[in-house]
Amino acid sequence: MRVWLIRLMALIRKEMLAILKDPSSRALLFAPALMQALLFGYGATYDLTNAPFAVLDQSRSAPSREILARIEGTGVLRRIATLESSDQIAAQIDSGAALMVITFPPDFAARLAAGTEAPMQVILDGRNSATAGAAGGQIAAIVARYNADLGHAPPVEVVRRAWFNPNYESRWNLMPAMIASLSMLQTLMLAALSVAREREQGTFDQLLVTPLSPLQILIGKALPSIFIGLVQSTIIFLIILFWFRIPIAGSVGLLYLGLLTFTTASVGIGLSISAVSLSMQQAMLYTFMLIMPLMLLSGLLTPVGNMPEVLQWATYANPLRFGIDTVRRVYLEGASFTDIAPNFLPLLAVAAVTLPLAAWLFRHRLS
Amino acid sequence: MSAGGFSRRRLVALVRKETRQMLRDRSNLVVGLLLPLVLVLLFGYGLSFDVRNGRIAVVMEDSSAATSSIVAGLAGSDYLDPIWTNSMVEAEGMIRVGRADAILRVPPDFTRDVVSGGAQLQLILNGVDSNTAQSIESYATGAIQMALAHIADRQGSAAPSGVTVVQRVWFNEANTSTWFLVPGLIVLVMTLIGAFLTSLLIAREWERGTLEALFVTPMRPLELVLAKLAPYLVIGAIDLVMCLIAARYLFGVPMRGSLWIITLSSMLYLLVSLALGLVISGVTRNQFAASQMALLASFMPAMMLSGFVFDLRNVPPVIQMVSQILPATHFMGLIKTLFMAGDYWPQILRANAILALYAVLLIYLSWRMLAKRLD
Amino acid sequence: MTGLTVRAEALQKRFHDRDLGTVTAVDGLTLEIRSGELTALVGPDGAGKTTLIRMIAGLLRPDAGALQVLGIDVIRDPQAVQDRISYMPQKFGLYEDLSVQENLVLYADLHAVPLAERQQRFARMLQMTDLAAFTARPAGKLSGGMKQKLGLACTLVRSPDLLLLDEPSVGVDPLSRRELWKIIQQLVDEDHLSVIISTAYLDEAARCAQVFVMNEGRLLDQGPPATLRQKASGLTFTATPPAGQPARQLQARLIDAPDLIIDAVPQGDNVHFIQQPGADLADLLGGAAVQPRPEELEDAFMILLRGESEGQPISTPPTQPAPAMPARRGDGPVIVVRDLVRKFGDFTAVASTSFDVARGEVFGLLGPNGAGKTTTFRMLCGLLPATSGQLEVAGLNLRHARAQARARIGYVAQKFSLYGNLTVRENLQFFGGAYGLAGRDLRDRIAAMTRQFDLEPAAKSGLLPAGYKQRLAMATGLLHGPEILFLDEPTSGIDPLARRAFWRTITALAQTGVTIIITTHFMEEAEYCDRIAIQDAGEMLAIGTPREVREKAGPEGAKDMNSAFIAIVEAARARRAGQVAA
Repeated sequence: MRVWLIRLMALIRKEMLAILKDPSSRALLFAPALMQALLFGYGATYDLTNAPFAVLDQSRSAPSREILARIEGTGVLRRIATLESSDQIAAQIDSGAALMVITFPPDFAARLAAGTEAPMQVILDGRNSATAGAAGGQIAAIVARYNADLGHAPPVEVVRRAWFNPNYESRWNLMPAMIASLSMLQTLMLAALSVAREREQGTFDQLLVTPLSPLQILIGKALPSIFIGLVQSTIIFLIILFWFRIPIAGSVGLLYLGLLTFTTASVGIGLSISAVSLSMQQAMLYTFMLIMPLMLLSGLLTPVGNMPEVLQWATYANPLRFGIDTVRRVYLEGASFTDIAPNFLPLLAVAAVTLPLAAWLFRHRLS
Repeated sequence: MSAGGFSRRRLVALVRKETRQMLRDRSNLVVGLLLPLVLVLLFGYGLSFDVRNGRIAVVMEDSSAATSSIVAGLAGSDYLDPIWTNSMVEAEGMIRVGRADAILRVPPDFTRDVVSGGAQLQLILNGVDSNTAQSIESYATGAIQMALAHIADRQGSAAPSGVTVVQRVWFNEANTSTWFLVPGLIVLVMTLIGAFLTSLLIAREWERGTLEALFVTPMRPLELVLAKLAPYLVIGAIDLVMCLIAARYLFGVPMRGSLWIITLSSMLYLLVSLALGLVISGVTRNQFAASQMALLASFMPAMMLSGFVFDLRNVPPVIQMVSQILPATHFMGLIKTLFMAGDYWPQILRANAILALYAVLLIYLSWRMLAKRLD
Repeated sequence: MTGLTVRAEALQKRFHDRDLGTVTAVDGLTLEIRSGELTALVGPDGAGKTTLIRMIAGLLRPDAGALQVLGIDVIRDPQAVQDRISYMPQKFGLYEDLSVQENLVLYADLHAVPLAERQQRFARMLQMTDLAAFTARPAGKLSGGMKQKLGLACTLVRSPDLLLLDEPSVGVDPLSRRELWKIIQQLVDEDHLSVIISTAYLDEAARCAQVFVMNEGRLLDQGPPATLRQKASGLTFTATPPAGQPARQLQARLIDAPDLIIDAVPQGDNVHFIQQPGADLADLLGGAAVQPRPEELEDAFMILLRGESEGQPISTPPTQPAPAMPARRGDGPVIVVRDLVRKFGDFTAVASTSFDVARGEVFGLLGPNGAGKTTTFRMLCGLLPATSGQLEVAGLNLRHARAQARARIGYVAQKFSLYGNLTVRENLQFFGGAYGLAGRDLRDRIAAMTRQFDLEPAAKSGLLPAGYKQRLAMATGLLHGPEILFLDEPTSGIDPLARRAFWRTITALAQTGVTIIITTHFMEEAEYCDRIAIQDAGEMLAIGTPREVREKAGPEGAKDMNSAFIAIVEAARARRAGQVAA
């Protein structure tokens, strides 16, 4: 047993050194994760922060001015132009200068005073339906409040309360997902290259003639990649917690347990790719081919629930789906172990298939 | 041979060589043709912001005819999938384990309050995914308002008053995210070909030592650059046709701009992206580093920072500046306009001028980078 | 044609490396190379041969000095030179996914060879290189020798004003080497081609009109081989050991006495050696009979290089035997191979092969490229399953053997597969750990190995010169004191000096009872082996002591092992061709 451990430790140490000393894999380790976390943290948002709009106010009345003032008062909508005629609307929207044009008809104030329906028009740039939807929702909410203040309250009021993310900040949704997805991007690649690189450089044969058993090789190859994956996750986690100040609701221990399981499954996939590939180029190609669907079908950008049924089933083989879900639920919702226990099953299943497969392939994929 | 040394014959020979190599390396064809096809299908079907069957737990703590008719509106919605329950605790549990996205609670005194005025319904949403939450919120409130209006109608009470918002979404009448995601896909596919395929091209020749032999021939570097671009322009063109057909016939995205402008602009962007790949390849001289750099410097930003899903009007100024540096951003804006809005000439001219500038600059750089020197 | 093709004056080229600092590859080189001749550049690793050739080809810009190629200043106008010369880099510069014909056409197009001229030129090249039957085959599927010939053919699609060949014969078997030289010789004789060739083989340099001996970026000597050879005049002898004493032992004794002996190699049952001028060898030689022999270019080369590394012993024999080494010998075979067969699809790489290897034996596996020796070797090490047949190493089949069995063998892979980013010490620590060594044991063994092989523990192994990489590979293979050591082409790409040192270690190991299985392309190295086996096309053609094998080869074999090898392989090929024809 002691000798068994000596052998394993020697391999783990070598793997760590090989990763840390190889300029090309070292470059992959921390800088890209850090950079992307910051860049995407600011850049990847669905929230309106400074959405430009134009106004065509043909009513020029107190109510229209009041509504406009309320719109501008949100701080996230910015008036960039005041139009004189409806001919000018197209140019504003077509050029993308304004996300929306708000129009008040000449009889707006009169109708409102008469107690009839007083329509105002909102024209939205639908080239990004998500932004358009958000802006439309904002206006609707402002108008509803205005109506209520005027005493036009509906008979039934819907009181809305959002759990976990009270202000609907999309960053809260995206950033924790990056703890899983950004680190997966690179751990998968590291694991996929680990055996392929040795094959290409001829050192793998040298490894196979040593007394190291397939299990030792598997552990020795998997642990460093898992470790580095967790370090990357930690970097992103800390950025989210302290830089973007998104409060964590759940237990850090459970978060890491989820990440560990998720990373192990990813590394299993990576090592399987690596064991199948004969060259680094092949390994990179396979990884790339795999990463795209894994990312797209993970719920990172759009929810899994919006996919067609068939694709939803396909996502059960995708560790990233459950990785992201676990991180989001623990981080934002404070989920307990029993809440997210079902997530562990697919992750463990992927690991249980890919890791033994990789170990078997080490020795049997030779010629 | 002319004074500049450029020879069409050598160019043809090199183009033939590159084409053969491309066709024989199956991995090129996999990434060049199969991956775009997979992406088209995945993007088209897999990515959607449009909530369908939003799971809403409805807690009936007061069941009367009135509440039933109000809540029945939810079941009629295509977008909501109500789960009926009587216990708030159970509903909260559903949110915790992820079986429901929202709770609509009908409080015990609801029926009485409707009569006396000031009735409240409680809507609790899982706000983690703000998009979904907002969608469900508006679908749920919409359904409830509709049901109330119905009731009011039947009772013959007063016509609605107050300000109403008439919303019109231009360019995307169907209000479906597919319409704006699929054109963006063309950008991603073109970027992918450049980033992943061409970034390996020169690096591979460095690694295998073939460039060394090629240098000691009358070949001129520009001939090699052009020869390397040519076959991948054809692959890109095939992908473009594939994307256009899928966009039009599979996903029903409108194509309001002229087809030839869409095609020409796409080919111009393809050229930029291929040339960028060559430059990366020439800088790194190593296939692994080249593909990494391509992924990190070209593909990921094109996906995240070009306005593909995330509207650039929402991001901080610094990020906007970064995004303006990316050729992908300019093409992304253009292609969405071309597809959904039509030929808007100021943008067509501006974006194409920027892309042309990039193309010239990057081809010049890759040409310089292939100066026949090893040190 | 007369005049100069290359004129270099005070040429200097430095490289900057992050880890090594500034390295001067070519240091104040002044030389003149005549046209219409075959010119050789020889020298050990790092002599600057490749750098010089690349500067001539206009691929590297010298830091100082002047360089004229074909009368053109190559520093100012490299393209003008590149339009007129041809160059074959070390990796041949072939596109592996293009066919033989497509490679030729590409280079013909690049050199603007007219179509009419092309047909005739291609026909001649294909006939010369024997590739006519393979025009449709992708270059990547050719054997090493064929690739090399195709690389040469591609440079010769038109008649260049100067042909540069950078180590064209590294890793190529003797038969292919001979064919290559036939082509080059023919072109020089018939077309008066100017050729500059860098090589590690001195028998190749001996065929050239002019030889430049380089070391550490400087020129040591130059002249026609006949003139250079005279340096060794009167110093070269053959010693015949007393009956019963292996030549290897005498060779080891001689080479361990650097004050008296410049060089010694086993040759048949004798030892060829060069003595230091005026040395008294009576004691050293013991009872061996000594006769003078004619000097060769290699002798002169060894004298020149030994003059450079004055005082350092040529090799460092093991200071202590590896631990727990059972110094047994001759108590039955340690390797038993019976009817071993390996097929890849319908291609038979190894056909029914049987042999034994006794404990403490040095056993050499020889064969042309693609003969099946690497496949045999990999099966022996347990890296490849056999299709059928019986195979035992130390009484076990390594493929199914448990870790303990694999702990008893050592393995030195082709190209010395080490972790290039790790230091010497880190490599040793890893392999030591993999063999279960730890703590004090490991430290002691690493210290012993770095001492024995003269390795710097902190050096980054990827940056070591080839000779030192090989030493490190040996050290990792021997760290755990294996009973059997497998070495796959351990001397490929290694200069003669390093090869001497390597064999000194091997002979010392064999004396302590380690069994050694080795493959090599250098036929003269077969003389160090107790027994050798020659394989071709998967078949075992000859097996026995070097002497027996040479005798089997008939009159040709009497000359040297190279000739014996060629004779045996060619005879077998003729027989096979006859069988097919019949």
